[in-house]
Amino acid sequence: MSNLTKLTLSAARDGLKTKDFSAVELTKAYLDVMEQRRVLNAFVTETSDIALKQASLSDIKLTKGNAGAMEGLPIGIKDLFCTEGVRTTACSRILETFIPPYESTVSGKLKRAGAVMLGKTSLDEFAMGSSNTTSTFGPVINPWRRKSNFASPLVPGGSSGGSAVAVAAHLALAAIGTDTGGSIRQPAAFCGVVGIKPTYGRCSRWGIVAFASSLDQAGPIARNVRDVAIVLNSMVGYDPKDSTSAKISVPDFEMALTRDIKGLKIGIPQEYRLDYLSNEISKLWDDGIAMMKDAGAIPVQISLPYTKYALPAYYIVASAECSSNLLRYDGVRYGLRIDGKTLDEMYKKTRANGFGKEVRRRILIGTYVLSAGYYDAYYVKAQKVRRLIYDDFNKAFQNVDVILTPTAPSSAFGLNEIDDNPIAMWMNDIFTIPTSMAGLPSLSLPAGLSVDGLPLGLQLIGRPFDEETVLKVADVMERSIDFKEIPSLLRD
Amino acid sequence: MTHVIQGNTGDWELVVGIEVHAQIISKSKLFSGSATNFGADPNTQVSLIDVAFPGMLPVINEHCIEQAIRTGLALKAKINLTSVFARKNYFYADLPQGYQISQYEYPIVGNGNVVIDMHDGSTRVIGIERLHLEQDAGKSLHDQHHSKSFIDLNRSGIALMEIVSKPDIRSSEEAINYVTKLCLILQYIGVCNGNMSEGSIRCDVNVSVRKHNEAYRTRAEIKNINSIRFMSQAIDYEARRQIDAYERGLQIRQETRLFDPKNGETRSMRSKENANDYRYFPDPDLLPLTLTQKYVDAIKEKLPELPDERKKRFIDNYKLSSYDACLLVAEQSVADFFESVAKGRDPKMVCNWMMGDFASAMKRMTRTIDNPPVSADNLGELIDLIYKNTISGHIAKEVFLTMIETGKTPTEIVIEKELKQVTDSDVIEVSVDSILESNTNKVIEYFNGKDKLFGFFVGQVMKATNGKINPVILNEILKKRLESLKVLFNEDNDLL
Amino acid sequence: MDESIFMSLDKDIVRNIANLARIEVLEDEIDSIVKELSNILQFVEQLSEVNTDDIIPMTVVADMKLPLRADVVTDGNCRDKVLINAPESFDGFFLVPKVVE
Repeated sequence: MSNLTKLTLSAARDGLKTKDFSAVELTKAYLDVMEQRRVLNAFVTETSDIALKQASLSDIKLTKGNAGAMEGLPIGIKDLFCTEGVRTTACSRILETFIPPYESTVSGKLKRAGAVMLGKTSLDEFAMGSSNTTSTFGPVINPWRRKSNFASPLVPGGSSGGSAVAVAAHLALAAIGTDTGGSIRQPAAFCGVVGIKPTYGRCSRWGIVAFASSLDQAGPIARNVRDVAIVLNSMVGYDPKDSTSAKISVPDFEMALTRDIKGLKIGIPQEYRLDYLSNEISKLWDDGIAMMKDAGAIPVQISLPYTKYALPAYYIVASAECSSNLLRYDGVRYGLRIDGKTLDEMYKKTRANGFGKEVRRRILIGTYVLSAGYYDAYYVKAQKVRRLIYDDFNKAFQNVDVILTPTAPSSAFGLNEIDDNPIAMWMNDIFTIPTSMAGLPSLSLPAGLSVDGLPLGLQLIGRPFDEETVLKVADVMERSIDFKEIPSLLRD
Repeated sequence: MTHVIQGNTGDWELVVGIEVHAQIISKSKLFSGSATNFGADPNTQVSLIDVAFPGMLPVINEHCIEQAIRTGLALKAKINLTSVFARKNYFYADLPQGYQISQYEYPIVGNGNVVIDMHDGSTRVIGIERLHLEQDAGKSLHDQHHSKSFIDLNRSGIALMEIVSKPDIRSSEEAINYVTKLCLILQYIGVCNGNMSEGSIRCDVNVSVRKHNEAYRTRAEIKNINSIRFMSQAIDYEARRQIDAYERGLQIRQETRLFDPKNGETRSMRSKENANDYRYFPDPDLLPLTLTQKYVDAIKEKLPELPDERKKRFIDNYKLSSYDACLLVAEQSVADFFESVAKGRDPKMVCNWMMGDFASAMKRMTRTIDNPPVSADNLGELIDLIYKNTISGHIAKEVFLTMIETGKTPTEIVIEKELKQVTDSDVIEVSVDSILESNTNKVIEYFNGKDKLFGFFVGQVMKATNGKINPVILNEILKKRLESLKVLFNEDNDLL
Repeated sequence: MDESIFMSLDKDIVRNIANLARIEVLEDEIDSIVKELSNILQFVEQLSEVNTDDIIPMTVVADMKLPLRADVVTDGNCRDKVLINAPESFDGFFLVPKVVE
């Protein structure tokens, strides 16, 4: 196997610049690995022809000296980003054959920056899930295995499981995902890679298949903090086509990695010390706090009292929004159609067959909480609680610069261990959802291994539009942690 | 002024509220940049947003907001500085998103009113409940195929204003006057072309009946009425249907009904049978719309004169009767035409001409004011000729007809046909004398008390001079002449 | 919050919301859906503990003004793109089973 796929994104960028290898060589190396590791099911659609074409164009640009910031760097794109001329499915049967005649703003920016699209990565259907098992194209497999049970496949987390696996298994230098309640951070933690959800409004949502509009936000997953900063640079920016896109100046995130966090105040929310939090996660968190201290930062106990209500409030808001966002999948203009004698029958059959179980469940819940008589009790109530959660963070950030928490309450679980009770599954997102509700930037980085040899992540949360501090602190922590483990599958 | 409907159990009162959907004139749609022209090829004025492809997002058209505010101001309504766009969720083949972006709890415009002019010259005030912005739906064609409906999304996403009246309307005449007046206001401010046949104005009418002084009873909503005549028919039919039902001891169901112009009846709408639950909620793709009072005030400043104000000005400045003023302002371009002619002229005379010969010519030739039988300049010139005594009113009528026929200016016609009025007293005296001389018997009869013969003399002079003599001067001279003759007559009966 | 609101999910409500959402639900699925949804509603019921008097609901976290677009035609006139994914189209129209009004 070529060593090219072992390079980080920043190292590959340097190698391309110094002509140690060409973009085509780099791309071919990845296409080879993708083929070898198809068993992981990380990609829904591989676009090798497009990738090679883009790579050879990149080589020309690299030679001419007009290369973009991502020139020649092969990445995966979550199959929730519409890509012009390339099938975009949201991993749903209802969009199985959908070929968008347009390119999402974020993927378009990356392409213009020279990134090479290797393919479309898998996700939980319509990004609804935390295990990447609800895709109509089958589950994605985590490249990590438990020491105690090497045979049993684990989930990669979700919904951006395909993207996290593509990065962890070296099928791509980086991959882009979306995060609604933890869909970048939780799979990043499960797969031992870095993922950041920027502030709501930082990346345009135009052209991303919508799950919950007030929460959805795109972000990168990569092998280290510098790499996510590099990719993020080419994703962000005001987009007049998205009314919720922030008209705010964009810094160079790579420049934020100054390694100086002396005197920064790190908030430690007491409410995240759940009774049932495992010892190893608690210890991981404590170690993280200690490291920060060593680096000159000051840990500060903070209180986020409404944290525990974030999960129920989130499920009301997200389900309500999804129930409306998914009305457009009706078999009339695109996507699956199952014929019926009447228009209504066609709708009902198309949607019953086109959507998987979890999606249907959320649509029904969302429909219910918006329906007459229940709207105030559920939806309005949840939006009020959302404000309380937002205010919690606002208050906390008057005293601290960044907040440190675990990313998820557990490590990756087995494909066959999935609880039939959806609420148990939702608990995976207990630490990531509050930040989503408040629209704040947050990042997960690998911080160690569980006793059973699985990666565990810590989450850093920043003030609105202060991704720089989050990245800066993460970069320092990353150096202290020095996480060198590689997935079981990649060990020779 | 109370309108009652006789029933078997006594008098009933009609209660009507109207929701008018008015398409805003704009180049592009409310939330997308596609064009809005009427009658384009199917699905050509459709963007990826209008067809609701995955990931497409709305961005609002500022012009449409401004037009909604202008309309609100024209309806003397409260402009809400914060309003919220909400999704109205329902399935329909020509509703691509599965929801209509509308406004629900927080509309852009609140309470206002419209003054309507009744047939008897009285006015009534109809309250406006609210005005909100929303997207239009596409069109479904059901008659193209035996088992398929055809969907065209050209109209999908065009900006609509829904203007909701209070249930203040009490007769179909008031309903007609209300919608007519509302359309007039919209035309005056240039917000909507008011074309019902192209669907730029559509009405939903809420009808109920009640006994005097009762609380409101259950209403039926009659949807998608596309002419004022049909609206009036639908209201009257529906009122009668409800009264009959109550009088037979039945109840009225709150439902949506459709008016069938073929038989003039309303019927229950099958597709709306499942009582809809629209699950309104704020659209998370859009932020609340916030305006500043300064912005609203700036718009207010530039608002043109409205029909009621114009009517008042016509009465005050031009000294027109309320009736005349009402007729003139009822069509903006008619009022404009009037003003351009009336400038520096006698307004009453201009008004009379417009209501008289001009209006009948327009009707006869099936012309509109935008394509008038004679231009404002020419009509003005004609009136000047009368005013300056160059021609008489009588001759002017003839000139007017020639103007229509030939397109020539009145001055050209007067010169060509030698119609210039005679005002020279010496010349007129000669004509008068000649007529009196050849009608001595009549003159004697006149002196003997047959006053009516004065008119006969005038007619004879006019006839002899082809009507070219100025009638005022003629009257004076004739009177003077007859008086001096009468003195002689009295002195000597055998004078002649 | 009124407790009765939370405990009232039944088969008819499920049939109704499935109809509103236009998702075909077979009769033999309804019981399990009632159970699942009730379970979820029970979970979210904990929100009733929170006092939210005088709290303004938060629809969007983006702290900005609604951006406005100039009234210019910049889009449309792309029927091929519009229809390219259509399950059934003819002569420039989308086709659906006939709607009876």
